[in-house]
Amino acid sequence: MTRLNLLLLALSIACALSLVSSRHQARKLFVELEHEQKQTQAYDVEFGQLQLEQSTWAAPGRIDKVAREQLRMQLPGPGRIQVIEGNLR
Amino acid sequence: MRRDPSRRSVGEPGLSPLRAAFVFGALLAVFAVLLARSFYLQSIDREFLQEQGSSRYSRDLEIPAHRGRILDRFGEPLAISTPVKAIWAWPDKLEASPLELKTLAATLELDSGTLASKLSEGQDFVYLKKSVAPEIAAQVAALEIKGVHDDDEYRRYYPSGEVLSHVLGFTGDRDVGLEGIELAQQAWLGGAPGSRRVIINRRGEVVEDVASIRAPQEGHDLALSIDSRLQYIAFRELKAAVETNKARGGGLVMLDTKTGEILALANWPSYNPNNRARVARDRMRNRALTDSFEPGSTLKPFTIAAALESGKVRPASVIDTAPGTLTIGNATIHDAHHEGALTVEQVIQKSSNVGAAKIALSLSPETMWETLSGAGFGTPPKTGFPGEVSGRLRAAKTWRPIEQATMAYGHGISVNLVQLARAYTVFANDGELKPVTLFKASGPVAGRPVLKPETARAVRHMLEMVVGPGGTAPKAQVMSYRVAGKTGTAHKLENGIYVNRYVSSFVGFAPASNPRLLIAVMIDEPSAGQYYGGSVAAPCFASVMGAALRLLGVAPDAPNASVILPPETAEIREET
Repeated sequence: MTRLNLLLLALSIACALSLVSSRHQARKLFVELEHEQKQTQAYDVEFGQLQLEQSTWAAPGRIDKVAREQLRMQLPGPGRIQVIEGNLR
Repeated sequence: MRRDPSRRSVGEPGLSPLRAAFVFGALLAVFAVLLARSFYLQSIDREFLQEQGSSRYSRDLEIPAHRGRILDRFGEPLAISTPVKAIWAWPDKLEASPLELKTLAATLELDSGTLASKLSEGQDFVYLKKSVAPEIAAQVAALEIKGVHDDDEYRRYYPSGEVLSHVLGFTGDRDVGLEGIELAQQAWLGGAPGSRRVIINRRGEVVEDVASIRAPQEGHDLALSIDSRLQYIAFRELKAAVETNKARGGGLVMLDTKTGEILALANWPSYNPNNRARVARDRMRNRALTDSFEPGSTLKPFTIAAALESGKVRPASVIDTAPGTLTIGNATIHDAHHEGALTVEQVIQKSSNVGAAKIALSLSPETMWETLSGAGFGTPPKTGFPGEVSGRLRAAKTWRPIEQATMAYGHGISVNLVQLARAYTVFANDGELKPVTLFKASGPVAGRPVLKPETARAVRHMLEMVVGPGGTAPKAQVMSYRVAGKTGTAHKLENGIYVNRYVSSFVGFAPASNPRLLIAVMIDEPSAGQYYGGSVAAPCFASVMGAALRLLGVAPDAPNASVILPPETAEIREET
């Protein structure tokens, strides 16, 4: 009887300790998860800012200006356009 | 133990039973108080201690929610919210040396005087600066001035700036829509922040989620029908046209004729929504939707369509417009040029008021009303934009003959520009009126049949003649494409009197063999000498249409034809 009791005592102590450790693990993982979620948010914000930046750089007005002024591009005149007839499909 | 009475006599004080009972009673009373208190705390006033306890380890955190983005039809962002900081202070808790205040002012790019006056206004709480970039907020936090704090907030940015400001509108405090699509779609775009309760450890890290108090509601993205490349072209050319003609303003609408989607909607004057501190309210109106005007001759094709539909005339029927005036009652209708006998087709091509009035008077008011109403005049365009007007089309039974005659060439009726563009989809789609929308359509859009296909095609042919030799709008020609359209030059109405100020317009579509794009241009009060729709609005139409067709890669339907412009003096003029 005593041995059984001792065994049970040992078991319950082991259980209690494992509970403590798993609880601790859970909290640690949770902190990590929180951290990653914050990262995600920060990346979201950065993505939005990069999108803004991209669309500012790629604004049609800017492309138009760069094409005309820096690259000296111009619309081809009527004599320089050749329309190719044909069935594309 | 037996007590020795002799010792008592020595004078040692004995414990009187009364005293013992008193002490016992007092101790009991103390216990009773303790018990009662603990009972009170445990069962009656539970919240107090629980709150005190949980305040030491649990926190309610806000879960931020974004406002959705607004995108163009290809997913290009047109409006994005990004977090910024608001710097605020408690003036009475502020502890800062003059030097620290000076650095603070410099970091926030504020005048030291402005900062000082903000702090001495006598309020408990004052915003020092809103919409501060996160990096600058970090610099402010690094100063560690007591009483200065920051808050997260969102700020909306519009990469397209003034190009699309009238359509998008803008948001105000807390990122709530105030104008335009931002206002109309607030429920869809707007996010609601959520909140949750968590357990934190002594380092302030969140270690456990206890409960979600309110789930956050993320705002949804919204795809518009706008094509930002076409929008830019439209805006650039409209602005140029308004400036060269020294006009008060102007509007331009581009529709996809197959789906009724608005591909571009430009207004001038415009404003930059990213920096609108000193912009007059007036500049913010989307005139193409919220203002109506008398369309003038751009309405004539509908009069002709009504007449063709009723069988009263055929395209080749001859109308005598001599001597260029028509008197009804005590009013006289004038033509800007005298033509004599014209076919119905030529009435459109040369934009004869007398011809159109004569044709209109051969119809019953109800017939004409039916065609006009069917083409959407008098009913709001329902684009989903707030504050759009419906224009004015009076009931047919109130029309007097002179009114019916002037309505034939677009006076005594008012429309907004989008409505006018929508009405022309009837001619571009073989008689079907397409519903217009600012939102991206998924799949084919059903129209509503208004005219017989033969009628629509006949009018389309007449509209092509307008652009051709002898028409009012040779400047609307586009290289390699067949174009159909109609000019308008309407006198403005001021205090009930028609004055010599004009609204010049042009509505047209291309390629005429299989229309893809429809553009309506309106220039308000051109004052650089020219005011005919054919010389003010038509060139703007042609440059936008040409660039747009090339950009979309639409196959040319007249690859070998070249643009033929008559000499300036030979230009056919029109009024209304």
